[in-house]
Amino acid sequence: MTTHNKTLVIAVTALNAVDNPGPGVAVIRALREGFGKHIRIIGLSYESLEPGVYLHELVNKTYQIPYPSAGAEALVERLQYIHGQEQIDVVIPNFDAELYNFIKVSARLSMMGIHTYLPTGEQLDARDKINLSKLGKKHHLFVPEDNIVTRADDLKKAAEELDYPMVVKGKYYEAYIAQSEEQARKYFYQLSAKWGLPVICQKFIKGTEINVAVLSDGEKAISIIPMRKLYITDKGKAWAGITIEDDDLLQLASNFVKATKWRGAFELEIMRDPDGKPYIMEVNPRFPAWIYLTAAAGQNQPAALVKMALGEKVDEFNEYQVGKMFIRYAWDHVTDVSEFQQLSAFGEL
Amino acid sequence: MKLKKNIATSENGFIFNPSTGDSFSSNPIAAEILTLMKAGQSAEDIKTEILNRYDVDRAQLERDWEDWVMQLRDANLIDL
Repeated sequence: MTTHNKTLVIAVTALNAVDNPGPGVAVIRALREGFGKHIRIIGLSYESLEPGVYLHELVNKTYQIPYPSAGAEALVERLQYIHGQEQIDVVIPNFDAELYNFIKVSARLSMMGIHTYLPTGEQLDARDKINLSKLGKKHHLFVPEDNIVTRADDLKKAAEELDYPMVVKGKYYEAYIAQSEEQARKYFYQLSAKWGLPVICQKFIKGTEINVAVLSDGEKAISIIPMRKLYITDKGKAWAGITIEDDDLLQLASNFVKATKWRGAFELEIMRDPDGKPYIMEVNPRFPAWIYLTAAAGQNQPAALVKMALGEKVDEFNEYQVGKMFIRYAWDHVTDVSEFQQLSAFGEL
Repeated sequence: MKLKKNIATSENGFIFNPSTGDSFSSNPIAAEILTLMKAGQSAEDIKTEILNRYDVDRAQLERDWEDWVMQLRDANLIDL
């Protein structure tokens, strides 16, 4: 199959383009730019107020899907129904928390004719915050020292090893910089209540925040775009950023792919310390919310992923525009309550 | 002292470091010096040109030049 002959139907999750945005809307924007009129976008939403649901120039139709906690079976059942309506060619999941289920059912989806392009469950686990330090040691990558904490009383020991300021991270999301044991305790309770145990304490690295969006085929990186954060929100998210030229980071991303044999999209969160050492702070197993910048800079990663999912050969990109900037903005999209009601009552819009 | 090879400058004094994403605004005289540096002129040649074109004495220029180099170094714009 080639991606040029028919209207491609692509399902995309994470339409929550809010202040801590999911990547879905940016992925769709890149796909629309990559495939022009030849695509139909199916939004997959968890909640009725995900803004992307109501952006009809981007999303043709949206279906609600069950939360990841409902399990893989519930997901397959729902996708089966949606596939019956829409004949989905490719699905692109964009939330960390849903990836386990999507990976688990990817073979079944493939039998149904729905293509995915995802890492394995083992790869997903290996880059988990809890295992990242181990992964760094194994592959000689700079990863800050950490200490996995399951009891508040263990924070003292963690601080003895890592010193203050110390980064205290939730199992799935959120991180705070603790300056004292009192603060560390407060963040421990806050994060464990919200995301469960363990909580990860990580050595604080001062430096410049750079993110790298990567698409790889299991052997080599097809596309690598480094982006320096220019404006960072109080949640640590880039609200503005710029593509930069940095051979060390391209090499680091390539080394990561070779070491892990990663297949699919991922994002490296890097802190470059004053000596120039690039520390991997986190590895996100999906496209980042700023992914449209890769398309704007000349390497449309979402479009390339779709082609790879459909079995097309995609050559490595070797050029991108340095100095391409994004500046995010908030926009009050206006809709009618009938749309909200339609999605809430029937799970489709 | 040389300006890093990939530093982009514009006539109006905007400086962009593509390796770090940092950008700076400079005044007209700094923009002029940057253009000369980009053209590969030596520090001594640039100083001579400034002495010829502006009403400044050598001692003052040397002091300002030191300050200028320090700023470039802090901004990570020159090869050390």
